Amino acid sequence: MNLAALQRDFRSWLTVEASDAAARFGEPAAPGLAVYLNNYRGQLMACLVQSFGAVRAWLGNTAFDGAAATHIDRRPPHSWTLDAYAIEFPDTLDALYPQDPEVADLARLERDLDLAFVARDAEQLTLPDMADIDWSGAILELVPSFSLLSVTTNAGAIWAAIESEQTPPAAATLDVPAVIAVWRKDYSPTFRTLDPVEAGAMFMLTDGRTFGEICAAIVHEVGEADGPQAAGSLLRRWIAEGMIGSIRSDSVSPPVAGIAQIKVLARHASATGPKWATAARQSAADEVPTIPANP
Amino acid sequence: MFETHQFGLGLRKPHYRDFLDDRSVVPVDFVEVISENYMIDGGRPLDVLRRARERHPVALHGVSMSLGSADGLRGDYLERLRSLADMIEPLFISDHLSWSRFERFNSHDLLPLPYTREALEVVCGNIHRAQDILGRTMLIENPSSYVSLPGEMAEWEFLEAICARTGCGLLLDVNNIYVSARNHGFDTQAYLSGIPAARVRQIHLAGHSQGRELLIDTHDRPVPDPVWSLYAAALERVGPVATMIERDDGIPPLPELLAEIEVARAIARENLRRAA
Repeated sequence: MNLAALQRDFRSWLTVEASDAAARFGEPAAPGLAVYLNNYRGQLMACLVQSFGAVRAWLGNTAFDGAAATHIDRRPPHSWTLDAYAIEFPDTLDALYPQDPEVADLARLERDLDLAFVARDAEQLTLPDMADIDWSGAILELVPSFSLLSVTTNAGAIWAAIESEQTPPAAATLDVPAVIAVWRKDYSPTFRTLDPVEAGAMFMLTDGRTFGEICAAIVHEVGEADGPQAAGSLLRRWIAEGMIGSIRSDSVSPPVAGIAQIKVLARHASATGPKWATAARQSAADEVPTIPANP
Repeated sequence: MFETHQFGLGLRKPHYRDFLDDRSVVPVDFVEVISENYMIDGGRPLDVLRRARERHPVALHGVSMSLGSADGLRGDYLERLRSLADMIEPLFISDHLSWSRFERFNSHDLLPLPYTREALEVVCGNIHRAQDILGRTMLIENPSSYVSLPGEMAEWEFLEAICARTGCGLLLDVNNIYVSARNHGFDTQAYLSGIPAARVRQIHLAGHSQGRELLIDTHDRPVPDPVWSLYAAALERVGPVATMIERDDGIPPLPELLAEIEVARAIARENLRRAA
């Protein structure tokens, strides 16, 4: 047996316990193959247990371990880093718990917090850094750990209760999808559920819109009287919470959809943030007349 | 490489606070980390590693290079490791004589190789590529194994051949010699006599567990007496070297590991006394 054939057989043994592959190693190899199989599955199980403590607390150990075993059967690992093995587990939970969407929501929140934990470091903007900025053309750069997660359930409240060892609330489906911002302040991952106006503004921000455009959309949404103050409050809050890494000035930016439009998109979007952002960007390009760039 | 013996510990999360305490320095000559745990973009783990590096030399010990992969190494892995090595300037950079990945499957375990001429070509080609990209000479560690695959040479002969052909050094895991010798019935003294002793730069010491039929390399308990004895025999062959206690599970308070380091120091002192 050449090396590639041997490695193919070993893979078949570990991933599907192929008896024909095991037989080719000979009968004396059986105890050793059992050790390797146990190590392989144990390692992946430990990874999922460690990555999804809140989901395990929510489901109970037996149900969680069953779901993890199903994931191990369905999704052999392919990355060199074990951290990556946790990324697709929420998809398995979607399939296993279609009537309990809070399970996968909770898993995605835990996953995104873990990803924020090891995201690239960045300077965090402070309020004194903001002097002499042309706000109309300013583009706020989010810290690298920042991501948006769309949820249909109260997974955030469930996570917070489990984390603080309180009794979690009953699972509830939200009237409209909510958006959770996940990021890391200093070295600590954190998250916060955004209200619809802030969520719309955040999607514009992640889409590269200027702060001027975001202000206009907020004014359009909440009115001339309260809009400017609302936009200023959001800006101060984002900076104080460490979401903003830098500000750059860009006088040319693509046309923008209003927040109301983005909120409509959000309600109809699938559960993942990136798809939502893509939908908002595509719609803006399709439906808003192109504004010529400044000469 | 060393004029005197060096002694180190694995830097593990339960001991971060000890190793970063400004009021005292942990009395070891170096620390070793699992490379992949720090092949990340940023965050607290990298900060801890940078701060630990300010106090001690750091050895980077990998578990996922997969030097025995028949279809070669992953370029993205090597580039990541190179970046980490450039940042840390490691004392050593090592991985195992094993494979973990084939095509798109990664087992995250150290799987055994057949010691054949074909496997030797594969491993040497992969070590050459890794050393080229890393810009550093690697140390290759002998694995524990639970299956004996048909081969054309003994493990120590295979190690001798890869050292001769690639210029790499050896990380001799004394516990792994003991575990594999018990599992496969070879003579530990023949192993020690067969390895290219001058290539050994580092030694790992660890504990193991008795499985139903096989010894299992669990790294979850103190170094047992037979492994200490084998360590003493190994030092007679290799001379001054960097020795590390490797504990990955059931990690005790730091003083317990430092006490094991003291045992290693005493054995090394006795070795030097005899050699004098």
